[in-house]
Amino acid sequence: MLIGHKPKEFLLAVEALTVSFDGFKAVNDLSFYVEENEIRVIIGPNGAGKTTVLDLICGKTKATSGSIQFHGQELTKLKENQIVQAGVGRKFQTPSIYDDLTVFENLEISFPRGRTVFGALTFTRDTIVRDRVHEVAEMIFLKDRLNMSAELLSHGQKQWLEIGMLLIQDPELLMLDEPVAGMSVSERVKTAELLNRIIKDRSVLVIEHDMKFVEDIAHKVTVLHQGQILSEGTMDHVKNDPKVIEVYLGH
Amino acid sequence: MTDNRFVNRSELIGILLLAVFLVVILPLCLDVFRLNLVAKYLTYAFVALGLVICWGYGGILSLGQGVFFGLGGYCMAMFLKLEASSVENTKIQSTPGIPDFMDWNQITSLPLFWKPFHSLSFTIAAVILVPGIFALIIGAAMFKRRVGGTYFAIITQAVAAILTILIVGQQGYTGGINGMTDLRTLKGWDIRPDHAKIVLYFFEVGCLFVCIFIAQFIRHSKLGRILVAMRDKEDRVRFSGYSVANFKIFAFCVAAIFAAIGGAMFALNVGFMSPSFVGIVPSIEMVIYTAVGGRLSILGAVYGTLLVNFAKTSLSESFPELWLFGLGGLFIAVVLAFPNGLAGIWGDYVHPRIDRLINSSKPKSGDGWTDSSVADGAPAE
Repeated sequence: MLIGHKPKEFLLAVEALTVSFDGFKAVNDLSFYVEENEIRVIIGPNGAGKTTVLDLICGKTKATSGSIQFHGQELTKLKENQIVQAGVGRKFQTPSIYDDLTVFENLEISFPRGRTVFGALTFTRDTIVRDRVHEVAEMIFLKDRLNMSAELLSHGQKQWLEIGMLLIQDPELLMLDEPVAGMSVSERVKTAELLNRIIKDRSVLVIEHDMKFVEDIAHKVTVLHQGQILSEGTMDHVKNDPKVIEVYLGH
Repeated sequence: MTDNRFVNRSELIGILLLAVFLVVILPLCLDVFRLNLVAKYLTYAFVALGLVICWGYGGILSLGQGVFFGLGGYCMAMFLKLEASSVENTKIQSTPGIPDFMDWNQITSLPLFWKPFHSLSFTIAAVILVPGIFALIIGAAMFKRRVGGTYFAIITQAVAAILTILIVGQQGYTGGINGMTDLRTLKGWDIRPDHAKIVLYFFEVGCLFVCIFIAQFIRHSKLGRILVAMRDKEDRVRFSGYSVANFKIFAFCVAAIFAAIGGAMFALNVGFMSPSFVGIVPSIEMVIYTAVGGRLSILGAVYGTLLVNFAKTSLSESFPELWLFGLGGLFIAVVLAFPNGLAGIWGDYVHPRIDRLINSSKPKSGDGWTDSSVADGAPAE
């Protein structure tokens, strides 16, 4: 170590993170770091704790011990909505959208303004909001469906809509849980294209099983197994790691 | 296009029709006794209106709205009771100048918490604030801890039961099971004769429309859409940066305040207030009014309340024992067959037919007509 060396600033620093459910450690002493503008993919067999890691970062699950620092701010002490306001966006595994509202209204609710009770009462749909909604709708291929009830969208379109709802939040860290699961081949191609466009200027944490897709987008891959890191590095490094082949890729 | 105004054209027509019905048709057709009955029914419409916001839009089922109806009603009744208990009216009591039930219960001076109710402006503030703050406390205690759904409904029932027991038990302070009766004047103006009943009826209808417009405003604001979103996917709203608990507390407080205004109107129009409007049974009845009217329809809540209460009055006069079974059956039937109540029947069956009738009576003007343009009431030209 050089004296006076300033430690590198990470966007997200997860350290010694542990969560136990009735004694079962779903995530066990986990540490990893995500840099700015990095695309990190988490892979691993079922039950490895991938989704739990995202739950912990976004505050859905409370950590038993350990720390999660985002821009130097401790996330484990914040409430879910404060974590979102700090700049972390989360997409759920199954499309989580508002069926009873239109596509426009779905996107509008995610627009980061008027998030207090009073703010929501006095919120007006001005040109800034409209333009932003139209811009995002075009990106997520739903431009001509803005007035449609979200319930009527196809599965793939619902996934895009939820990605769009995150985009409009403009988070610095975007977390996606299996964004292409259940999509048709053509939808997958479009989604990869969409993701490649939206990951500019932000860090992304993705859980995905589709190896082709992972290879396309990942800067770095973290392999989880039984709540711990099995291997970490570039896709090539991870692919050739004998431990990884044994527990995950070999199957 | 998605509309951002708080009343759109068809809603405005609906509100005008209701206004004509309540302001012109009913007063012309009914005698004062029946009109006063309508006034009594309409006090529940305030509660039903609040439930549309809280339950219909927000998905928060409260089975304890009687609590807030009661708190509002008791605040108003306390003011009226104090005015009716002037020293000269009560000179035969052992302690003149206090309400009669206090005298019967050997209370010799006016309790401290009664004293501010000598002032009408304090009373009006209390009608809004007491239930509002109480709802805020319950809401904060429940929703911040993520208590919701059935558990919340059960807790509100418990609160209704507790408040009833408290009122009945503290007879000397509250009038007990008999409630507060013999309310006479409002600032010296006698509220009992027929002409006063008519004035009070119109005043109440005016307040109801103010509440309808507030409800419309909430519903068409982004807050209204957030409530719908929350009902559907609470987590998604939370992870879009909103404090879900605060929005639930707001919806619950609005419903409580509407209910309280209804309660205060009840004390004025009916001339008494008693614990039988606070407990579990009346609270559930209030939910039934909303369900029958359509829990997503602001105007439906008013019609539902009127319909169920008319049915209650006429049926319970002829079959007093059967009425409760009828009410229960009605609730089950509505939930199973018409989950959106009267408003749903109107929207799904009646309104399209009227449209078709109007459509077929008009000569077709070439290709300019499409189904959707007719349904929106906006012809292509």
